[in-house]
Amino acid sequence: MGLVEAILLSVLAASTPLLLAASGELVAERAGVLNLGVEGMMIVGAACGFAGAYFTGSTLFGALCGVMAGTALAALFAALTLGLAVNQVATGLALTIFGIGLSGLIGAGFVGQRIVPAPHLFVPYLTDLAFVGRIVFGQDAFVYGSLVLVLAVRWFLYSTRPGLVLRAVGDSHASAHALGYPVLRIRCLAVLFGGACAGLAGAYLSLAYTPFFIAGMTAGRGWIALALVVFASWRPLRLIAGAYLFGAVSILQLHAQGAGLGVPPQLMAALPYLATVLVLILISRVRRSEGTAAPAALGIPFVPDR
Amino acid sequence: MLVLERRSERDLRAVVVAPLVAVALTLVTMGVLFALIGHDPFAALRVYFLDPLTDPYGLQEIAVKATPLVLIGVGLSFCYLANVWNIGAEGQFLVGAVCGSWLAVVTNGTDAGPWVLPAMLALGALGGALYAMIPALARVKFGASEILTSLMMVYVADLLLDYLARGPWRDPKGFNFPTTAEFDPAATMPLLIEGTRVHIGVLFALAAVAAAWVLLARTLKGFEIRLVGAAPRAARFAGFDSRRMVVFTFAVSGALAGLAGIIEVAGPVGHLQPAFSPGYGFTAIIVAFLGRLNPIGILIAALFLALTFIGGEQAQIAMKLPLDLTRVCQGILLFYVLACDSFVTYRIRLIHPRSADGSR
Repeated sequence: MGLVEAILLSVLAASTPLLLAASGELVAERAGVLNLGVEGMMIVGAACGFAGAYFTGSTLFGALCGVMAGTALAALFAALTLGLAVNQVATGLALTIFGIGLSGLIGAGFVGQRIVPAPHLFVPYLTDLAFVGRIVFGQDAFVYGSLVLVLAVRWFLYSTRPGLVLRAVGDSHASAHALGYPVLRIRCLAVLFGGACAGLAGAYLSLAYTPFFIAGMTAGRGWIALALVVFASWRPLRLIAGAYLFGAVSILQLHAQGAGLGVPPQLMAALPYLATVLVLILISRVRRSEGTAAPAALGIPFVPDR
Repeated sequence: MLVLERRSERDLRAVVVAPLVAVALTLVTMGVLFALIGHDPFAALRVYFLDPLTDPYGLQEIAVKATPLVLIGVGLSFCYLANVWNIGAEGQFLVGAVCGSWLAVVTNGTDAGPWVLPAMLALGALGGALYAMIPALARVKFGASEILTSLMMVYVADLLLDYLARGPWRDPKGFNFPTTAEFDPAATMPLLIEGTRVHIGVLFALAAVAAAWVLLARTLKGFEIRLVGAAPRAARFAGFDSRRMVVFTFAVSGALAGLAGIIEVAGPVGHLQPAFSPGYGFTAIIVAFLGRLNPIGILIAALFLALTFIGGEQAQIAMKLPLDLTRVCQGILLFYVLACDSFVTYRIRLIHPRSADGSR
């Protein structure tokens, strides 16, 4: 296996959790809800996913546990921000603080344990193809699933009527409410979907990417997923480019550290975060001349007047 | 069907009672949680929340740990009142610690006079404020959301601290431990009470509370901060510049967080090392909200959250309870604070779906 192939494989793996979490958050944000708790939902998903797979030996069951954990945390978020119209930024932060603590509690007994990593696809002949074989035909289900998810989100948002309604709710909740659409119910479903995706992204980390659990293993990936949604201008397909770009930055810093360029490893490790800040600045600058792409009602609580 | 309805006026009693209810609900929830993980809830609650209040060591530690929380929390309240979302105070705290420590490291072992400590504190505040300018200017000049940029800079600050403490600033006589040399007495916070760990940083925290109270309640600037946050359109008509407000609030909160950082390093810690902060910058967000963004409320809230840190440590030692419970407790507390706040603004009313169409 050549170096380029190895790098591409690891980029694909590093991008997958970002893509999964960002797809879910994108749907929630298109419905007008800013859930800053992605990092918290993700790490609880990682802990619960690992626990599920550890006890049953099944990756699928583990992934399901991750999804359910993420959804449960999202339900808490929805109850507060939608049910009680609480500030979304503060609630999202609370969710992250709570999630990091909770994952430590759940995962404490599993630190140092190992599970069988998620199986990779193997197609006779095709997977053995030079260069492209392992990259296209030799991934685990999460990688393919993340791509299917983005395409499905794109199809749902732009080609179906419920998707149109969801976007309407995110752009003007008052108008959608006046037309008779259940704004809070739609937002709630969108938030739960976002939580499920974040939980799945976390489960990918502990079931396939590493495969083990350590405290704080998400290392800011939830926050980078949030930045990706901004980077993608809230368009699903642009998430793919963004996720692979960020995946590439995080992998290249690992390889550069390994190559021993004489640069402090901490500087290389800071690259993904610095790149995120830089990209957010550049994107916002471009957008300022073109007009904003953010859903108009993003982050604004909805309390129907009567 | 249950719906929210905006209250016509704010009930002053509710404003005071809401945080107390939140604390009470947190204690109940923590009790349930203790029972769930197989401990006697009453014994655990006593170790967590009562025992630290009954021995002198616990009380001193509360003062020590509340000091950074008050300083950062007061700064953050300026941001949140103006609807500016600085969530990267932890990064500004760390960079303040790094900037101030620079002077302590270069003067280490010399006969530098008593000017060292004041200069360190000034450097810390300046460093924190400058570091906060990155997200502030990104928002003002380019329109980038300060939420994500300020948070990203926390990770960068963490790595910067790690690099310095392991690399150029490491104590050559420190047996390869990743820490700077112990600071000289001239670079250390004097103790307020001899024989304890309570240092004069406590006075800085109290001064910050007093200054913030005067500024917010008695000056035009304080009115401007609250108006920009509560009614941005009205603030614009009044001639207040919301972009200058972003820079101002970030500068104030960055400076206070940086000051807290260098006070922490020059005080209880005594040297610069990676991961010296148990997440004060994030806990201070909870402090700010629990204190209802009011300086005096923040002082009280900081004492309570300091208690959760110490209770968590003592419960770990005495009952082998995991330290992660502290974070869980803090997260739950913030949930309840926010939920209770909602009941100050809204009331919940039961309506019958038939009457919802307005055809009564």
